[in-house]
Amino acid sequence: MKDFFKRKSVLGIISGSVVGFINGFFGGGGGMIVVPILTILFCLTEKQAHATAIAIILPVSLISSVIYIFNGHFNFNSGLAVLIGVVLGGVIGAFLLKKLSNNSIVKIFAIVMAIGGIKMLFF
Amino acid sequence: MLNQIILFIVGVVGGVLGGMGMGGGTILIPLLSIFNLVSQKQAQAVNLISFIPMAIVVLIIHVKNKLVKGENIFFIIIPASIFAVLGSLISTLIGGDILKRIFGGFLILLSVFELFSDKILSKFLKSSKNGKI
Repeated sequence: MKDFFKRKSVLGIISGSVVGFINGFFGGGGGMIVVPILTILFCLTEKQAHATAIAIILPVSLISSVIYIFNGHFNFNSGLAVLIGVVLGGVIGAFLLKKLSNNSIVKIFAIVMAIGGIKMLFF
Repeated sequence: MLNQIILFIVGVVGGVLGGMGMGGGTILIPLLSIFNLVSQKQAQAVNLISFIPMAIVVLIIHVKNKLVKGENIFFIIIPASIFAVLGSLISTLIGGDILKRIFGGFLILLSVFELFSDKILSKFLKSSKNGKI
C-alpha cells in the first residue's frame, strides 16, 4: 500500500514537470494535459479535475507570464485588445458551458485544432 | 483601430472556448498566429497573461463549490512551476518561426489525443483503480 502511494507521487512529480514545461514553452495547453492526468492519478471526477487543473495552471502561467513580459513579448497595443476580449469571452463561455457542452463539440473542436496544427507545422 | 477590433474579436472567440473548458489557448494562439495578427511569442504571452484574471475568478467559484481537490496537488504544482521557468526561458530563445512549427506539431498531437480520449482514459482509469498505476 505504501508503494502504491509512492508510485503515484512519483508519477505526479514527473507529469507535473512535463505539464509545467509544456505550458511555459507553448504559452498554454498545460490544462488540457493536466485534466486527464488528475482524472487518472487521483481518480477525480471530470468537474473536480477541471477545477483542480485551474489551481495548478494558475501559478504556472503566472511565472511564465513574468518571463515572457520580461523578455519583451507582451505588446501592450495588441495585447490589451485580446486580453479584454478573452476575459469577456470567458464569462460568456462559462455560461454557455451548461447548455452546449457535449462530446461531439469536443470532437469537432479537435478536428479544427488539427487543421490549425497542420497549417502551422507545414505552411 | 480595425486591427484592434479584429484582435478583440479573436480574443472573445478564444475566451468563449476557454470558458467552456476546451483549452482556450489552443485556439487563441493559432488564430492569432496563423493570420499573422501578432508574432508567435506575442500570441503565447497574451494567452498566458489573459488566463490569469479569468482563472482567479473561476477558481474562487470552484473553491466555494469545493471542487478543487488540494490534498495531492502540490506534488504537481511545485515541479510544474519549476519546469515552467525552464520551458518559458527556452521558448524565448528559440526563433519564432521554428516555435510556430513545433506548436503546430503539438496541436496535432493534442487533437489526436482528444479524438481518442475516451478510449485512452477509460483504459488508464481501469489500471489506476486496480492499483496498477
